Amino acid sequence: MASVSLTVNGEAVSAEVEDRTLLVQLLRDHLRLTGTHVGCDTSQCGACVVHMDGRSVKSCTVLAAQASGADVTTIEGIADGDTLHPMQQAFMDNHGLQCGFCTPGMVMSAIDLLKRHPGADEATIRRELEGNLCRCTGYHNIVKAIRQVATAG
Amino acid sequence: MTAETGIGAAVKRKEDGRFLTGRGRYTDDINQPGQVHAFFLRSPHAHATINSIDVNAAKSAAGVRAVYTGTDVTAEDVGTLICGWNVVGKNGEGHLAPPHPVIASGKARYVGDPVAVVVADTLAQAKDAAELIDVDYGVLPASADLATTLDAGAAQIHDEVPGNMSYDWDLGDKAAVDAAFAGAAHVTKLEIVNNRLAPNAIEPRAAVGAHDPGTDQHTLYLASQNPHVTRLVLSAFHGLAPEHKLRVVAPDVGGGFGSKIFIYNEDVFLTWASAKVGRPIKWTAERSESFMTDAHGRDHVTTAELALDGDGNFLAMRVDTIANMGAYLSTFSTAVPTYLYGTLLAGQYKTPVIHVNVRAAFTNTVPVDAYRGAGRPEATFVVERLVEQAARETGVDPAELRRRNFIQPDEFPYQTPVALQYDSGNYEATMDKALGLADYAGFAARKAEAAGRGKRRGIGFSNYIEACGLAPSQVVGSLGAGVGQWESAQVRFNPTGNVLVFTGSHSHGQGHETTFAQIVSDKLGIPLENVEVVHGDTASVPFGMGTYGSRSLAVGGSAIVKACDKIVEKGRKIAAHIMEASVEDIEYDGGTFAVAGTDKSITTAEIAFAAYVPHNYPLDELEPGLDENAFYDPANFTYPAGCQICEVEIDPDTGVVEIAKFTAVDDFGNVVNPMIVEGQVHGGITQGIGQALHEGVVYDGSGQLITGSFMDYQMPRAGDLPSYDVDTTVTPCPHNPLGVKGCGEAGAIAAPAAVMNAVTDALGIDNMQMPATAEKVWRAANAG
Ligand code: FES
Ligand code: FES
Repeated sequence: MASVSLTVNGEAVSAEVEDRTLLVQLLRDHLRLTGTHVGCDTSQCGACVVHMDGRSVKSCTVLAAQASGADVTTIEGIADGDTLHPMQQAFMDNHGLQCGFCTPGMVMSAIDLLKRHPGADEATIRRELEGNLCRCTGYHNIVKAIRQVATAG
Repeated sequence: MTAETGIGAAVKRKEDGRFLTGRGRYTDDINQPGQVHAFFLRSPHAHATINSIDVNAAKSAAGVRAVYTGTDVTAEDVGTLICGWNVVGKNGEGHLAPPHPVIASGKARYVGDPVAVVVADTLAQAKDAAELIDVDYGVLPASADLATTLDAGAAQIHDEVPGNMSYDWDLGDKAAVDAAFAGAAHVTKLEIVNNRLAPNAIEPRAAVGAHDPGTDQHTLYLASQNPHVTRLVLSAFHGLAPEHKLRVVAPDVGGGFGSKIFIYNEDVFLTWASAKVGRPIKWTAERSESFMTDAHGRDHVTTAELALDGDGNFLAMRVDTIANMGAYLSTFSTAVPTYLYGTLLAGQYKTPVIHVNVRAAFTNTVPVDAYRGAGRPEATFVVERLVEQAARETGVDPAELRRRNFIQPDEFPYQTPVALQYDSGNYEATMDKALGLADYAGFAARKAEAAGRGKRRGIGFSNYIEACGLAPSQVVGSLGAGVGQWESAQVRFNPTGNVLVFTGSHSHGQGHETTFAQIVSDKLGIPLENVEVVHGDTASVPFGMGTYGSRSLAVGGSAIVKACDKIVEKGRKIAAHIMEASVEDIEYDGGTFAVAGTDKSITTAEIAFAAYVPHNYPLDELEPGLDENAFYDPANFTYPAGCQICEVEIDPDTGVVEIAKFTAVDDFGNVVNPMIVEGQVHGGITQGIGQALHEGVVYDGSGQLITGSFMDYQMPRAGDLPSYDVDTTVTPCPHNPLGVKGCGEAGAIAAPAAVMNAVTDALGIDNMQMPATAEKVWRAANAG
């Protein structure tokens, strides 16, 4: 068993977990933060993306123990009260989601993407979304949403 | 009020708030008190006898509550999985449907066939215990290749099915077709493999079964597209509980594309075992399990021929197809390569005679069933590849050849030679709009410019038609369907004037919570935010058939309109009473009941209050309350059609196909929410491009699944694709009250042919089988 202590969405949390527990399992099963999803078992789909110490990570590929001491933000932690994060708002404005299953990971990846590539153009956005699969939208409106944020302000 | 939110408005989706903040509630997010976990041990062999299974060590492992094998499950009389559509073959007999056990016993018939299940307190314990199960397999030769499974000498998969053939079916006048071919000036012939696809909704299948011994109620939370049909089957065919003691809840569902229509082994098992174990049991597929066990799509081998006269008029079409069923018949599998395929082979054209023969074959692979488009993409691919190839062979411009053969707007309703009667359409107008949008006239210059850069540019058309809005119940009944195909709706006012809409359709990404609310808002003059759409729970919504085949708006939406009409009708009577006028003098418009020629009026919300607090109310004539339900059974299918044009650029050095431009102009009839419709088109096109360029399930000769993860099965990614140019034309559907046709599958149906027509055009070759991978394209580009 491993004891892990970390900050999740600004709150200090600790838990006793089996050594093999993944960060996504800690979030979903122990903390009941079910906004972070699991869509694959080979680190390909990106449904599980969260931010760890300010960088996007696939939480299915990080052990909970590795996240001990880290500052983790999930999809539940990015809105400001009732005000959506600009990326969430852009996804809504541009119909960047259909079934919503890939969406939390997409939004978290998109926020990190623009941090690394401010003002990213369409080609950069498409290339950088390599690690996120969406089966519903054809990416068209996801790209449009991210472009909207990239070009705002 | 309703102009910005009513029918036709691009309203932002009501459901998005919860999805964007991580508050969606998918099946795996649901946890029940005392819940334990199931792990399915699956056959690693495609074809093997199960000589013995030793579960003793697993049973005594930590945390294990029960271990079940096929023998245990069969002994309890839970029935076998059914196929709900009986296809009658040329011999006048129904298809052969060998038993499909819930847990394999005696024999495993595909890689992934479940052979035992461990139920334990944690998933990790269940998995650990499963490793202790000792199965003695007798490995048999497998028949995994569709092209040879019907041959003499192929491994026999079921004792009940000699020769591995479920049925041999045909449609159309064979003698007339043969005669037309004999007299044709030109015949175009293609060998076509429609590649096998894994549906891959990003949410894997998942289920939680629970049983309350106090009330003897069973509940199954299930990632499903049609919870009522699941309940009906679990009850009537598996005898797990009477329908009124069984509740199926399909909460938020993360995409379906057909794969979540069917009733699977796990659904039956969890419902059964949760009562047996006395604990709620959860199972969520891992992606590798999805690849192994979700019903796959497509998988046809076809020889297709088109006969033309000297002027380029189509004379006849002849199609011979072998369709893969996999190892067992899945729920609706038999209908896909017959009634959803053969009947669509007229396309948009006046081909006078058509004959299609389909042999449905078993292989040692996971069952094949409906996947987005289901039969119609396969039909469109056959028709549109043939037409494009015929244009090339006869030296006619492909748009022109199509134009010459289109069914004309004044010919509707149009009876095709393959059973369907098309209701409306204007194919030429749609194609012309697409030609403009795609700048077809400028293609030659773009091709020349690309050639200057060493690139090969090609263009391809796909003028598809689909039959949507499944379907007139009596028609599908006469064709062998085991269910009706109507849809239900209930519109319930609350006393304070807001509205609950219950629909038997199910949304798993389509946005019904918004679209259906728009309809009600529009019809009843209620602000959109005061309308709540409820779906997916058999305990609260009336029996419904669910969502597939682009039917929800055309059939489910029409049921909602009917219920709204009943509300207005009752409202008139209440309004007449309150305003002391005669019913004939009450005029209804956008939520207001007015007395003609006066300034007296009353709103629907006020009517609702009066109906629930009936102090001034015609109780002698009318029941109190304002709550109406309706069932809608359509008179015909709807026939969306369109023209999609793909332009590709190929780099002969790498073989990579770049989609340079993709244009879609679709006629979906009237549109309720254009933003959602465009989104549906984008998604469909992407799945179609995926089929054409990237995706393909591969089993090796021994039946091992080679493409078992996202590492091996190439899903289309953002970087593989361009943004699309999408537009619509409108010829309203004449037989449903909304005039809508359905938009969910168009892209997946049309795009593969458009892409492959463009790829073969760029390469200057007659044919290439999908997926057109870089390797294949490079070889073709560098041949000779
Ligand atoms: S769950 Fe698919 S990448 Fe993490
Ligand atoms: S919205 Fe369904 S997978 Fe992306």
